[in-house]
Amino acid sequence: MPKLTIDGKEIEVPAGTNLIEAARRLGIEIPHYCYHPGLSIAGQCRLCMVDIEKTPRPTIACNTPATDGMIVHTQTDRVKETRRSIMEFHLINHPLDCPVCDQAGECWLQIYYMQHGLYDPRMKDEKVHKPKAVPLGPHVMLDAERCILCSRCVRFCDEVTQTGELGIFNRGDHSEIGLFPGADLTNKYSGNVVDICPVGALTDRDFRFQVRVWYLDTTKSICPGCARGCNIDVHVNRRRPHHAEGRRVARVKPRFNEDVNRWWMCDEGRYGYGFVDAPTRLVLPVRNDAGETRELSWGGAIAAVVDALGRTPADQTAIIASPKLANEDLFAIKTLAEARGIRQVGFRVPPPEPGYEDDFLIRADKNPNTRGAELMGLDGKVDKILNEATAHRVRSLLVFEHDLFDTGWRESDVRSALEAVDTLIFVGPNGSRTSDRAHLALPASAWVERDGTFTSFEGRVQRFRPALGALGEAIPTWEIVGRILAATGAPVTATRAEHWFRALAAGVPAFAGLTYQSIGDTGAMTAGTAPQAPAEAKA
Amino acid sequence: MSEKILSRNFGVKDSHTLKVYRETGGYTALAQALGREPAAILDEVKKSNLRGLGGAGFPTGMKWSFIPKNHSGPVYLVINADEGEPGTFKDRYLLERDPHALIEGMIIAARAIKSALGFVYIRGEYVEPWRRFTAAVREAYDAGYLGQGFDIVVHRGAGAYICGEETGLISSLEGKKGWPKVKPPFPAIKGAFGQPTIVNNVETICCVPHIINRGAAWFAGLGSKTQGGTRMYSVSGRVTTPGVYEESCAITLRELIERAGGVSGSGRLKAVVPGGSSAPILAAHEIDVVMDVDGLRNAGTMAGSAGVIVFDDTVSIPEALMVVARFYAHESCGQCTPCRESTGWIYKMCHRIVEGKGRKDDLDTILDVAKRGAGTTICAFYDGAVGPYISYIEKFRGEFEALCQR
Repeated sequence: MPKLTIDGKEIEVPAGTNLIEAARRLGIEIPHYCYHPGLSIAGQCRLCMVDIEKTPRPTIACNTPATDGMIVHTQTDRVKETRRSIMEFHLINHPLDCPVCDQAGECWLQIYYMQHGLYDPRMKDEKVHKPKAVPLGPHVMLDAERCILCSRCVRFCDEVTQTGELGIFNRGDHSEIGLFPGADLTNKYSGNVVDICPVGALTDRDFRFQVRVWYLDTTKSICPGCARGCNIDVHVNRRRPHHAEGRRVARVKPRFNEDVNRWWMCDEGRYGYGFVDAPTRLVLPVRNDAGETRELSWGGAIAAVVDALGRTPADQTAIIASPKLANEDLFAIKTLAEARGIRQVGFRVPPPEPGYEDDFLIRADKNPNTRGAELMGLDGKVDKILNEATAHRVRSLLVFEHDLFDTGWRESDVRSALEAVDTLIFVGPNGSRTSDRAHLALPASAWVERDGTFTSFEGRVQRFRPALGALGEAIPTWEIVGRILAATGAPVTATRAEHWFRALAAGVPAFAGLTYQSIGDTGAMTAGTAPQAPAEAKA
Repeated sequence: MSEKILSRNFGVKDSHTLKVYRETGGYTALAQALGREPAAILDEVKKSNLRGLGGAGFPTGMKWSFIPKNHSGPVYLVINADEGEPGTFKDRYLLERDPHALIEGMIIAARAIKSALGFVYIRGEYVEPWRRFTAAVREAYDAGYLGQGFDIVVHRGAGAYICGEETGLISSLEGKKGWPKVKPPFPAIKGAFGQPTIVNNVETICCVPHIINRGAAWFAGLGSKTQGGTRMYSVSGRVTTPGVYEESCAITLRELIERAGGVSGSGRLKAVVPGGSSAPILAAHEIDVVMDVDGLRNAGTMAGSAGVIVFDDTVSIPEALMVVARFYAHESCGQCTPCRESTGWIYKMCHRIVEGKGRKDDLDTILDVAKRGAGTTICAFYDGAVGPYISYIEKFRGEFEALCQR
């Protein structure tokens, strides 16, 4: 463990740590563009120069490992002048189109110019012109003039996805990023190049021109797209809803978690939040009666559910929970089933086709909480429930979230099962052919509208937080179930998701000892599970 | 006039053939070297004061000694025949007229560094040198000099100046874009294909057989105190008989110009670039400088590749700088920022000045930009460009100012 001194502060770092990371540990930021901790060292941008004692001229920090006794200065006049020079070089051919650039507000050229540049521009000649608004693939747009050729995107495609679509073509100040002939940026992680692009060269085709980044609010969350549980930030546009025609979730960005997804996430997860603001959202409790739809108050809706449950013996009642539900919801459902003596409870529904999986982040199981449902013992056979329904032995059926018509089962089998029950109750954020057939359809908050936790495939319990208010009258599933429980006379004191989590931790051994505090921002393992190796770039 | 060593056969008919090479003492050094331990060969080269003749002037024996002692994988010897420095054409002469000298030198050098495979990276535009050299390689295989524990792969470049930078060359050899590599690691530790690699210039390796044959002391004695041997000076521009001149590096620039028949054109000397286009320019009154590494360094310029370009007083220095600046802007690989951006910028300013649209502050801007960029880049390309940018303007500022009246 070499011990070195940076700006007069001593620090000991693991062998091999470079000076940017060593300084970061001391809270000292060494400005840089091409360096990214998840990629190889390129040493191209030349911005991360520092002075090292006994070294004749400034040295790049990214390619310099800390050594014992090294004395580093990041704020000498020489270093400051060098940074100013490098900033000028970066900007002489950069178009000053910040007013129409999506990166404005989170652009490292803007940030570092203000911190380290602030020179008077001297470039009076024509700038180099390059292609603009070039689609590289379904998600990424290139503006080659804005590019500072840091090569992060090229290295990402070479080293992380190993798909190698991008290269740098031509030479000198005519160098530009581009696709190799015949290639398109269609790898399943392409959106990450937008995240790592420090400037406005690569922008997100989904996000561009929607909203200015300074109107966005950020909330820590977990991707609900598969069992991996990638940590994400949800960026929402509450303050300028008219900028994006009412679309509230502006974009999703990966959030660093060393043990789960590091800096990355897949495109499927990144662009999979559309259901949150989709027209299919359920916004009011409704009763469907012989083709007639009536809006209900929550009180009326809960009373109707309790009435149906009261009319049906427990052995003729079944629940199809969902692996998309949070642990808190699932434990509320478990509590309801146990209070009512309902034994037919399942959650596992076959997907229409097997999910894609790779050896990096993407899991075949497209549900965020299969593991949580398993740990709570909710894994009854759903196909058996449907058979029992068809045979009129299940008369009240509660379905959470699933569209049973969009599964690996035959539509006709599902239809005859659902038509056979006396009362079909649907709870979920989005309507579907299943909710259309439900006698009672109750609107649940989407995951970004509420608190909760998911348990990833490896047993990591991770928190997501509310980024938005619920649409319409929607409330969290745990609350819907809690109201049903209370209306049946069960003592329910839980008024927050966290209360349900406490009950879960007390009631299910795998969750024993876990609290929202101990889960924190990066998750905690359920009992008896060990974290697996962090997601590595494909070696 | 010193003894001709490397160019001794240049005037001989069919000097590029194995037959003539053997008749003039070729491959006798190899026979000697094969009887010596690698360490002994290395020691001999160290004592000879042989320095790299491609441009940087690094002591060759010391470079060879950087190969890790305990390395178990392959070690590569790479010959830099990507002679691209403007004003330099000595390696072309060697490849065309004495290719076996390079092959013999390579086999001996490979023995010193324990390499079984050598690459010769030949500049793309060098078609005839490539033909002659590959023919010589075939002859050497047929005669059994090659293929007996040492092989040579001939690789042609595609015409990029940056591929003459040793790590750019290695990238290109590996099949990648010819981008110089971030150092460390240095090639001797991790070079071509990730293995320890020595990159030497053609002329440097051509010296090796002579060092083995005639001894380090003799070779060292041919040169100056810190640099052994002779040098092949490429003399071009306004001289009566341009060409390659093999001389002791103790010669002065004035003597060298005289050797090339003196200044032509107007006959009045204005300036000389002494070491390829990257070497800072010398004014007419500065030519009594000794042409070795130290002599030229003390004069504020460099020996570089020994490409001497002579300007008579009809040459416009601003125009010359514009041409040089265009070259560096065109050849900058674009990998790292200061070089990529400022070579283009400086060319634009130079071009504007020559067009008569110069501004009063342009000259100071060029000087400032050049000085700010110097020493900040991955490779020495930009430092090479800075040499002319600064020296042309500082030494001939009046000429530039006359064009910057706006």
